[in-house]
Amino acid sequence: MSAEARPPADKAKLRADHVRMVFTRDSKSTPVLEDISLDVSAGEFVCLVGPSGCGKTTLLNTMAGFLSPTSGSISIDGELVRGPDARRIFVFQERGVFPWLTVEGNIAFGLAKLSRAQREQRVAHYIKMVGLQGFEDAYPSELSGGMKQRLEVARALAVDPDMLYLDEPFGSLDSITRLTMRGELLRIWEAERKTIVLVTHDIDEAVQLADRVVVMSARPATIQRIVRVDIAHPRDISSPRYLELRDGIFEQIGLAHKI
Amino acid sequence: MNLRVQLRPVIFIALLLAAWQIAVSRNPAHILPTPFGVIAGIGDLLRHGLLFKYVVASLFRVTWGFTLAAVLAVPLGLTVGWYRRAEMAVSPLLQIFRPISPLAWIPLAILWFGVGDSSSVFLIFLACFFPLLLTAINSVRNIPSVYINAGRNFGLRRSELIYRVLFPAVLPQLLIGLRITLGVAWLVVVAAEMIAVDSGLGFLIVDARNAGNRYDLVVGGMVIIGLIGLVLDTAMRSLETVKSFRWAYSTD
Repeated sequence: MSAEARPPADKAKLRADHVRMVFTRDSKSTPVLEDISLDVSAGEFVCLVGPSGCGKTTLLNTMAGFLSPTSGSISIDGELVRGPDARRIFVFQERGVFPWLTVEGNIAFGLAKLSRAQREQRVAHYIKMVGLQGFEDAYPSELSGGMKQRLEVARALAVDPDMLYLDEPFGSLDSITRLTMRGELLRIWEAERKTIVLVTHDIDEAVQLADRVVVMSARPATIQRIVRVDIAHPRDISSPRYLELRDGIFEQIGLAHKI
Repeated sequence: MNLRVQLRPVIFIALLLAAWQIAVSRNPAHILPTPFGVIAGIGDLLRHGLLFKYVVASLFRVTWGFTLAAVLAVPLGLTVGWYRRAEMAVSPLLQIFRPISPLAWIPLAILWFGVGDSSSVFLIFLACFFPLLLTAINSVRNIPSVYINAGRNFGLRRSELIYRVLFPAVLPQLLIGLRITLGVAWLVVVAAEMIAVDSGLGFLIVDARNAGNRYDLVVGGMVIIGLIGLVLDTAMRSLETVKSFRWAYSTD
């Protein structure tokens, strides 16, 4: 069955240490995250799954430095996270692309410090990688949802970050585009070996992509279980092992996988 | 667009003018000048060199009042919108000033600036300042937080964030605000000139009535005001088709 193996502590790329988060609004406090401890090692692909509204996105925002935890800490490479950083890029579905910039302008957004030649070369490389050739001068409003999504991933990759945080990146895409994008993301991950933390409510997606799937409980979120997906890529999604792991998670969340 | 569609408004206007001409000529009470009378009146104004002079006077006042308001209100509004606390402090005061018609300021404007250009410029300034301030504040408040977060994520410093994310994000909304406000300024200049000065298109209308009931000149003035308003609005609208602004106006 699923192993709960954690990587040795000294190899952790990202470490969440007893993270608690309480939101206070109108003098009412809502606990959102409850004592979350998690290590992610360098180059690992981790998916966070859980019921909707459980606090997965809050945890991702905390890891990225957009929110600071009420107590506990997030550290990366042994350094405390105090805010967002260009070494770790957050991909906000396709909503994060800047609509006033062209495809080229978006990808070059984080590259202001490079020389013009380097910048152009980097932009061309990532346009090709995500298959947006011919759309260099197009504005996001002229692109489909899937293209905007690829554009945002390209913009993130262009600054060569160590880590990517993806918040339900394929949630708004149609099922065919979603499958293609999963394949693209795996291809990019295998080529560039970034550390990836991806939030999804889609358990199939998590088991198809991740090295480890972190199953979270309803709010206030705790880590219920961590499932290691010990299937090599490309994964056969009808193999008994795949189905066993997937059904185990469905059961854990309390869903019978039947309609 | 094909020619027939383009001609439609022209034909419609021609029909209305014809109806106007017939209605007035059948009614001897002279409650309205005829279209030909109005054209002749505008011709009179042109011959005396008054039309050009009055149009320039009105545009001059609008330009100054509008520009001063934009230069002050836009940066102030962007700043206030950026700092939530400043917005909470300023907002109630704005809500009180906003519903006061700029025309209610006429007595104070004359008291402070006398009769002349500066008081009408002041009135136009007031008419533009509050709506522009509100537009600027709201345009910042309406920026989706995802753009700001993305900007911060790429390591932008505050000044870069303002220049590279805030400005482009608010520009489309600001342009709409500027266009609407310019229309308001053009409305207000006519009223201001009726009272506070002795030139301009507003003055023309009052003066034509007072000095011998020249209603052909009154209606002529109205037509010129309408046409110039249309030109101003079209010019501002053409800015909205610039590619890097257009995203905000698409229905997509």
